[in-house]
Amino acid sequence: MSPWARPVVFFLLCLPLAWLIWAVYHDQLGANPAEALIRSLGDWTLRALVLVMAITPLRVTLGLSALARWRRMVGLFVFFYASLHLTAYAWFDMGFVWGEVLTDVIKRPFILVGMLSWCLLLLLALTSFNRAIRSMGARRWQLLHRCIYAVCALAVLHFFWMRAGKNDFAEVVVYAALLGTLLGWRAWRRFTTRPSPRPKS
Amino acid sequence: MIIRTQDSGFVHPTPSDITSPAQYLGRRAWLQSLALGAGGAALAGWAARDAWALAPIPGRLQALQASASKLAGAQTVEKLTSYQDASSYNNYYEFSTDKAQPAALSAGLQTHPWTVQVEGLVNKPKTFDIDSLLKLSAMEERVYRLRCVEGWSMVIPWVGYSLAALIKEVQPQTSAKYVEFVTLADPKVMPGLRSGVLDWPYTEGLRLDEAMHPLTLLAFGMYGEVLPNQNGAPVRLVVPWKYGFKSAKSLIKIRFTDKQPATAWNKAAAQEYGFYSNVNPDVSHPRWSQATERRIGEEGGLLARRRKTLMFNGYEAQVGQLYSGMDLRKLF
Repeated sequence: MSPWARPVVFFLLCLPLAWLIWAVYHDQLGANPAEALIRSLGDWTLRALVLVMAITPLRVTLGLSALARWRRMVGLFVFFYASLHLTAYAWFDMGFVWGEVLTDVIKRPFILVGMLSWCLLLLLALTSFNRAIRSMGARRWQLLHRCIYAVCALAVLHFFWMRAGKNDFAEVVVYAALLGTLLGWRAWRRFTTRPSPRPKS
Repeated sequence: MIIRTQDSGFVHPTPSDITSPAQYLGRRAWLQSLALGAGGAALAGWAARDAWALAPIPGRLQALQASASKLAGAQTVEKLTSYQDASSYNNYYEFSTDKAQPAALSAGLQTHPWTVQVEGLVNKPKTFDIDSLLKLSAMEERVYRLRCVEGWSMVIPWVGYSLAALIKEVQPQTSAKYVEFVTLADPKVMPGLRSGVLDWPYTEGLRLDEAMHPLTLLAFGMYGEVLPNQNGAPVRLVVPWKYGFKSAKSLIKIRFTDKQPATAWNKAAAQEYGFYSNVNPDVSHPRWSQATERRIGEEGGLLARRRKTLMFNGYEAQVGQLYSGMDLRKLF
């Protein structure tokens, strides 16, 4: 794998944000730029999530062990876009009135579910560096980071509930199918691969 | 000295909202008369230029002459939404659920010839063609606030006349209590019909007294021109004190009934969209609060504060009595 591969992926993952900043600056986001920003950042969070969940299946099926080195970076991009999405909502929809945000979280299941996913992502981002792995121990760290499976489910539910009132599930189905397949592949692998034989002592 | 208050139906605007006196005095009609030569050829050029700077006549579609409405509540002095925003940010699910799409996708909609069938519990049922509807009553320009259930709002200068004028023409019977509105559902030109988002055709309904209220407008145009297709050409309903989806677009049938008609959004999600759907800051939508709204094109753009939503969208003085004694939380 080329040494340029990672910086290129990093650059590509910055492009959506660059495009949005350009679009805001040049008034290219239509009549309701605030709504367009919030939704677009949500979309990019989901896309980054699909990407990070695809890394392990691709690594295993294509035998590209180098992909493992990308996982943390892409995972942090998921957290980054999720944080921007949350910030845009708190800012443009709620005017940073935290009391209103809290009321919204309590009153509206779809906001609560979104907030929960972000909290889990925060937990994973805070424990994403090498020292955290060492101090937690690899096994416990790995258990904690399986939270990403819950994030997938919650993110799809958040999107589904957001669209439920409009009965408009076309896009929800796409993300649910992609993430479902990627999670399904993991479950299938768990059931079909035998634990590696241990040397008899 | 008369002091106008909220009680008399006056919604106090913020200074930046206040339109110039020229517009308030029906500047378009005035400038057009100038441009048409009343002010002489030299003035005409100046007036046309000024009209361009002042009056947002888009100059894209056929003009629709009207005089400023004298009706109480029909001339809000808030800053108009730009024609660009009003005609490019549309909920018209028959074309697409994406608000930017209807403008392009509705180009194939044929709005002439067009008929509106008026039937049901009336003494004089009749099918009107669009040309006779355009002549049925004098065209007025009315500047209304439009509040969408999604939490955004606009200010739009509509052209049309009170629906009551048409209703009187067909003479409802005493048994008629409701009016149902049926809109076009033509799969040949409406790609959105393939989605099962709503039960097509899109239907809406009003109580007869709501339909007869002078503010309830049968609209044929906006910004001094005929309606763009994406805004519900050639004829639509505008009920300014209710959420936008009550104002059905591209009407083909108006039916008088004795039972409350089923309405499209109520059938799709009864808990979220009631039959009345009056704008009400105190009754939140299950998935968001209705206490505030984002005014499209607000000064300050992205950083603009949301506005407080007004009871009945600010038309309480005119329409509040229609709902006296009703529990608006239950009958939302």
